[in-house]
Amino acid sequence: MNSDRLLEIYSLPFEPLPGDAPVFAADVGEEDWLRIGQTIRAEGGLLVSIWGKQEKTDIGRYSISAAYCIDKKLLWLRLPTNEQTGYPDLSALFPSAVRMQRAVFDLLGIPANGAEDYRQWINHGMWPKDYFPLRQQFSGLESFDFEPDCYPFVLVEGDGVHEIAVGPIHAGIIEPGHFRFSIVGEKVLRLEQLLGYTHKGVDKLFTRHRVSDGYRLAGRISGDSTVAYSWAYCMAAEAAMSCRIPPRAQWMRALLLERERIGNHLGDLGAIGNDAGLAFGLSQFMLLREEWVRLNARLFGHRLMMDCIVPGGLTVDLDTQGIDLTLAQCKRIEVEVATLREIYDEHAGLQDRFISTGRVSAELALELGLCGMAGRASSQPWDARSHQAPPSSAYAQLDVRMAMHQDGDVAARVHVRFEEIAESIRLIRDILHRMPAGPVATPFDENESDSGHRGAGWVEGWRGPIFVGLEKDMNGEIVSCHCHDPSWQNWPVLQHAILGNIVPDFPLINKSFNLSYSGQDL
Amino acid sequence: MWQLFKQIAHVGIPTEAAPGSNDAWRTEREQIQKEILRVLGRALCIREVDAGSCNACELEIQALGNPYYNIEGLGIKFVASPRHADMLLVTGPVTKNMEYALRQAYDATSHPKLVVAIGECACDGGIFGKSYATCGGVSSVLPVDVAVPGCPPAPIDILRGILTAVSVRA
Repeated sequence: MNSDRLLEIYSLPFEPLPGDAPVFAADVGEEDWLRIGQTIRAEGGLLVSIWGKQEKTDIGRYSISAAYCIDKKLLWLRLPTNEQTGYPDLSALFPSAVRMQRAVFDLLGIPANGAEDYRQWINHGMWPKDYFPLRQQFSGLESFDFEPDCYPFVLVEGDGVHEIAVGPIHAGIIEPGHFRFSIVGEKVLRLEQLLGYTHKGVDKLFTRHRVSDGYRLAGRISGDSTVAYSWAYCMAAEAAMSCRIPPRAQWMRALLLERERIGNHLGDLGAIGNDAGLAFGLSQFMLLREEWVRLNARLFGHRLMMDCIVPGGLTVDLDTQGIDLTLAQCKRIEVEVATLREIYDEHAGLQDRFISTGRVSAELALELGLCGMAGRASSQPWDARSHQAPPSSAYAQLDVRMAMHQDGDVAARVHVRFEEIAESIRLIRDILHRMPAGPVATPFDENESDSGHRGAGWVEGWRGPIFVGLEKDMNGEIVSCHCHDPSWQNWPVLQHAILGNIVPDFPLINKSFNLSYSGQDL
Repeated sequence: MWQLFKQIAHVGIPTEAAPGSNDAWRTEREQIQKEILRVLGRALCIREVDAGSCNACELEIQALGNPYYNIEGLGIKFVASPRHADMLLVTGPVTKNMEYALRQAYDATSHPKLVVAIGECACDGGIFGKSYATCGGVSSVLPVDVAVPGCPPAPIDILRGILTAVSVRA
């Protein structure tokens, strides 16, 4: 795909951005903003993210960005606007836009015109209604002493309908969020989520970082995906600085990403078994996960591999002993997981809880934009490793076999996880055999680049694709950096997946998605 | 079912001793149980509260339940309600949006209301610091007994933190 072909399809001059992510960018007016959204929707593309910024030099000017994924590429549209004008609503085209637009308003104070849901999303009343942290007039360090608002949940009325309010503090050792169930008997009539509890002001915080040191923050947006985030951030930073990482770094990053995927899938498979009443599954898988992360610590100095990926490459490499240890571990884990899979498959009580529970049909998944691992369990054939792998990346040569399922229930999401563990083990072996020799990092010189540039990152984390859109100024300071978690798309789908199921199945269904709170709250 | 039992027998009991030589764990283990019994007269119950962490600390706290650390074997249990808890284990820089819920959980916690802050963010705000959205650490909201550094701290350090808190009030 080149810019000429895009010009033909969209009648708009797109400019290819430098770097690994296959991104084409264009500045558009309101008309094109909507027209291109419609075209992408009609062609079966996905809305990835919506975010905004206020210009540093001319504070009357704002811009709203939208990122789309279609075929083998990403499109990054930027719409200049101001406080009064706002921007056209995209939620009529892409339902996943609703929460993103509400977040844009809470952070920047720019409204989506024509949107139906204007309720606050990130601002829970703990700071003033006219305090928009992403505006230049605020440092982000202001402090307020406010009481939380009462959130206007949609009320379901009728004979015998009652509500169960859960959270923000949940019963287990998990992240905080509020779930409001409207139920009759045991059946769920409606679930409404309120998130934002872990909002830490990440977008604003990035603007106080230099491009060269934002990777640590990116690696702490969602700890379970620290490799995916730091890679996506570094990909964007390297693009903005026109920095090319050495070939070995591409392969090492892929190795870390696959290790992160397996680690999380192991933990999830145990927890899902546990939520269906099989404590045996939890201890077995948690044991494997512990072995897995201990080797991370031994090889890379950190159990979750935080801060191993840095702009320019990595801080870690693998010697022959490390390769041997990894291969031996893969062999062992592969056998153990195969045994456990057989036990899961043959366990009637477990399958009874898994099959047909929390089903998301392929049609609904397409309509709502369900993505990543959960999307693949509902027939959505997207995997950035196989579809948008840049020619320079290891994935372009690895031929990733995407795991898919059509049932869209808990059983399907379990199936996809098992398949992905097997595939990732295959990939790790392939990586270790084929990884080129050479350095794992190149100097990252943030002074080299003369003009203001931007870059994007796009990495298939274990949960789904992670996008980073970064803009910098001439001094190497971050002007705007937005990191997007696939949980934005998938949380609203969970509200549908629970419908008609019974309340006691919610923890199981929720765990089968295992979405990030911190990743979407930012 | 046969496969399941076979797997249990095959894996055996992997629960390990804590770091240190000369069977230090056995001593420590007995010490722990003695401390817990002395302070609380029964098992230690913990309510974990994520006050805005990135979820890395949660992963490591969850790991304490795996057969290697076997935290329940030490008489320490994670409970669903603060009313059943002797201790709050708090992660995250305490976001403004979680401050109210955290205070409520603390008020509901039974005495001795031990508070252990887990991770850099909980210690002093960490990379997120203090801002419009964050309080800058647990101690700016609650009295903290023990603060465990690390990003995230390894499970063994989290366990140490819990045990340290049990002994400070002794």
